[in-house]
Amino acid sequence: MKKGSVLPWLFMLPALLILAFFLVYPTLDTLYLSLFDKRSENFVGLHNYVWALTSKDMFIAFRNNLLWLVLFTALTVSLGLALAVLLDRVRYEAVAKSIIFLPMAVSFVGAGVIWKFVYAFRPASAAQIGLLNAILTNFTNLDPIGWLVNRATNNFALIVAGVWIWTGFCMVILSAAYKGIPGELIEAARVDGASEWQVFWGITIPMMKPTIAVVTTTMVINVLKVFDIVYVMTNGDLGTEVIANRMYKEMFHFRNFGRASAIAVILLLAIIPVMLVNIRRFQEQEAIR
Amino acid sequence: MRERLTRVLSRAPLHVAVIGICLIWLMPSVGLLMSSFRPRNDVLASGWWTVFQHPFDFTQYTLENYANVITAQGMGRAFLNSLYITIPSTIIPIMVAAFAAYAFAWMDFPGRQSLFAIVVGLLVVPLQMTLIPILRVYNQLGLAGTFLGIWLAHTGYGLPFAVYLLRNFFGALPRDLFESAFLDGASHPTAFFRLALPLSVPALASLAIFQFLWVWNDLLVALIYLGGTERVAPLTLKLSSLVNSLGQNWHLLTAAAFVSMALPLAIFFSLQRYFVRGILAGAVKG
Repeated sequence: MKKGSVLPWLFMLPALLILAFFLVYPTLDTLYLSLFDKRSENFVGLHNYVWALTSKDMFIAFRNNLLWLVLFTALTVSLGLALAVLLDRVRYEAVAKSIIFLPMAVSFVGAGVIWKFVYAFRPASAAQIGLLNAILTNFTNLDPIGWLVNRATNNFALIVAGVWIWTGFCMVILSAAYKGIPGELIEAARVDGASEWQVFWGITIPMMKPTIAVVTTTMVINVLKVFDIVYVMTNGDLGTEVIANRMYKEMFHFRNFGRASAIAVILLLAIIPVMLVNIRRFQEQEAIR
Repeated sequence: MRERLTRVLSRAPLHVAVIGICLIWLMPSVGLLMSSFRPRNDVLASGWWTVFQHPFDFTQYTLENYANVITAQGMGRAFLNSLYITIPSTIIPIMVAAFAAYAFAWMDFPGRQSLFAIVVGLLVVPLQMTLIPILRVYNQLGLAGTFLGIWLAHTGYGLPFAVYLLRNFFGALPRDLFESAFLDGASHPTAFFRLALPLSVPALASLAIFQFLWVWNDLLVALIYLGGTERVAPLTLKLSSLVNSLGQNWHLLTAAAFVSMALPLAIFFSLQRYFVRGILAGAVKG
């Protein structure tokens, strides 16, 4: 390796300056601002954090993020895994994969419009133009449901849209790992009389564990930061609020920089442990490769 | 013959499941596409699936919705804004990251490892942590609502991942190659431009596609730094405000949504290989 004196710093200078200004400085400043009031004038200690952890609005946001965390993560990862394994057995794998993966290419705003249309609701007397209500009214005797306004369904409706977007991502990564399992291993098990089910639980899952972990943690981080879908489809109304959307509201609508900063810090604290696990797993995987 | 039949039959559930899932996945997008070509009254009177009763009756389709959203609703302008935002926001961070990544991979200087660890550590910072302080500085400098402001912001947010990915790629290039180049008297800039960059075209392509789609599809960064400035609003921002202002005008909303998706879809179909490679390499990005 060649010795350089000033040259390395010249190479790195633009990147370091930009990172310092756009990530390091604001992170420290947000930490600082979270200890001040609305207009950042008076020191209020941990007051904003106390508010965040006790107010009803924030409780709803935390509850929904938890709901997302459980359902969204479980559905995307398990569906992605099932598809990775199933699609490996059909000849039209490439086409099927493109179809499932397609939603990853479009914006969450666009996906929000797509799903708002799927959930479109009209009174029982009118023709249903939303796919879901049309199916519901044509095949059952039930009345159409306002999926996005009904408090019993709206959070699930949003999560389904999220799952539709991200399953393809999980599938692509899990599929790559699945194809990396040595064929002889699976063949040997089959020769020994193992059923497909036994092969799946006894070989596939254990062999894919590191990748499943990376995909799961990536989904968890997504869930913690979920914003666009909720912002576009319900704007967090009617009990669908999530942490990131609440932060946006505190910042832009209520101009309460203290509270908004505290929410951001809570988000950071929730993400750090997951991200550390993710980076470590990823590096272990790279080392094996 | 009989054996073959049982084999086909035993595989039938697999095909039913796979094709069923694919249809479910396609349905929402097909509904969007079909509705965007139907006249207003048709869209409001019947479901989009009714066009399949006579799919080749072309009198039931119209391009009017597209003409309307592109001109009257401002999606044409927003499309150009998106291009104007996304192209520099893709090129600048990759250039900046490539220099830094080369230094981390092939140059020797004190604190190299710890500095790289800090850069990677910045991957954990959620955008939300940065919005308020940066917006305040932008307001003072007059950068809020400007293209320059959003180019720089996307550069900052894209850098940790780009540096991380490129350093790993540069670092994996054959050591002998660089050592013999240095023995022959090549300088670091020469090695960077003549060796590292040309050998990393696939990684750079994956990264570029990734960053391009990320910026093109971004809502939050545009919402904060471009806010209410209609003149510079990209597609995502414009579309999200149309969702509120157009309400139940599904014939227009669907067309507008499709305009916002056209370019990413074209990129997806033509460059899927690079896209998938980028995703596999970048599973760690939050």
